[in-house]
Amino acid sequence: MIRVCPVSALSPGESLRVDAEPPIAVFHTEDGEILAIDDTCTHQDASLADGWLEGCEVECPLHGSRFNLRTGRVDAPPAKKPVRTHDVVIEDDHIYVELSDEEPNLPPGVTLGSRS
Amino acid sequence: MKTVTVVGASLAGLYAARALREQGFDGRLVVIGDEPHRPYDRPPLSKDFLAGKIEADVLALEGPDDSLEADWRLGSVATALDRTAREVVLAGGERIASDGVVVATGARARSLAESGDLAGVHVLRTLDDAHALKVELVPGARLVVIGAGFIGGEVASTAKALGLDVTVVEAMPTPLAGPLGVEMGAVVSGLHEDHGVRLRCGVGVRSLVGRGNVEGVELADGTLLPADVVVVGIGATPNTEWLAQSGVQLGNGVECDRQGRTSLPGVVAVGDCASWHEPRLGRPHRVEHWTGAMERPAVAVASLLRGPDSGSSPTDGGDSKIPYFWSDQYDVRIQFAGHAAQADSVTIEEGSAESRSLLAVYRRGDVPVAALAMNQARLFGRWRRQLNAAASA
Repeated sequence: MIRVCPVSALSPGESLRVDAEPPIAVFHTEDGEILAIDDTCTHQDASLADGWLEGCEVECPLHGSRFNLRTGRVDAPPAKKPVRTHDVVIEDDHIYVELSDEEPNLPPGVTLGSRS
Repeated sequence: MKTVTVVGASLAGLYAARALREQGFDGRLVVIGDEPHRPYDRPPLSKDFLAGKIEADVLALEGPDDSLEADWRLGSVATALDRTAREVVLAGGERIASDGVVVATGARARSLAESGDLAGVHVLRTLDDAHALKVELVPGARLVVIGAGFIGGEVASTAKALGLDVTVVEAMPTPLAGPLGVEMGAVVSGLHEDHGVRLRCGVGVRSLVGRGNVEGVELADGTLLPADVVVVGIGATPNTEWLAQSGVQLGNGVECDRQGRTSLPGVVAVGDCASWHEPRLGRPHRVEHWTGAMERPAVAVASLLRGPDSGSSPTDGGDSKIPYFWSDQYDVRIQFAGHAAQADSVTIEEGSAESRSLLAVYRRGDVPVAALAMNQARLFGRWRRQLNAAASA
């Protein structure tokens, strides 16, 4: 499990990027849910933690693809592939992420370890 | 409507075809494309594709879920629209009877009259252009890019990373002054010299020299820039000549109202060839941005399917979003939304020009009209939303 931050450090409506390989985006929705997905849009290289959070969806800041944070499903193009979702565990008021063991759907041109 | 013909099979044409099916059109759908390829994404052609990081297959715009049941005519050029017979005429003489027509014929790269037929001189618009250019971008080669716009900037950035010796020539005193304004145009184009690419501004090109293959670019001041490869990035011309006799109103592109309707009932236009009425400028405005080509077809198709008697005036409703584009150069993500030409001031609100990480807001009086970001995607997203909300209010 990756220890992310204290729950109090991520207010509802906020998101943050966790430097993992590949990076993870953690969101605290306005409804109080804390959800984690792969940070990199499956369409082209952009950080979803920088995107627009609305309900249980994030919109990619580059081309506007929308992903469901619970399922990873594509809700709006141009992305064609879902993002991986990761389990979030809250323990002692801290956010932890249990990494998925599925293959990530990284965008074309991005491979594991290809970025600094 | 029994048959709708979409003329153009790139981003705007594909999204128009999708919108037709999504909005319930169950008649015959014909899609005509002048290139032989299935619809593909152009922006990576000057970036990851040219850099050799991705192959052509991942440029495909269609996904496994696309079931358009369309009659695809790829490698076919539309030569005319016969308004009386309501037919689209193809180069071979075939005529496709169409109750509705979506014009999505895009634009083509402008070439330089001075280039003659020298080898080694390229434009970059199509997949075939990119293939041809890519093989000549070899380490150590001398590349001269004519035009410091976004295509020119991206090609220079990609080529520099590939190990070429790169010079960019721009006829205007400041690159990107049109889309970004003079002040920010200077900041963004400063990326070239940051990365060891020479930038020559305010001087035009007199001629290209060479025998068989290009050997140099002669500037108006007499300077000769040696070159093994030349890329001409001086803008694009809308592909509208085929409509010259159709009765469709043409200006700088196909003139449309805010819903993409042309002067001919049953004919709408989208993408780079279309000049939609822009209320903020009070005139038709042709936009060559990817995002517009993706988003506007749904609006145009809705107005097409609604038919001519929907009763709204040419300036009603439609697309109220401000234009948006991005560019990736030298590991800097550049994003812009709005109309720089409307602004009388620009302020850097976050970061700095020197750090090449900034968020700048353009204002007319004290009203924000545009925003520019360099590596500030999160903040930019918030500004873009605010600008859109203000625009539709």
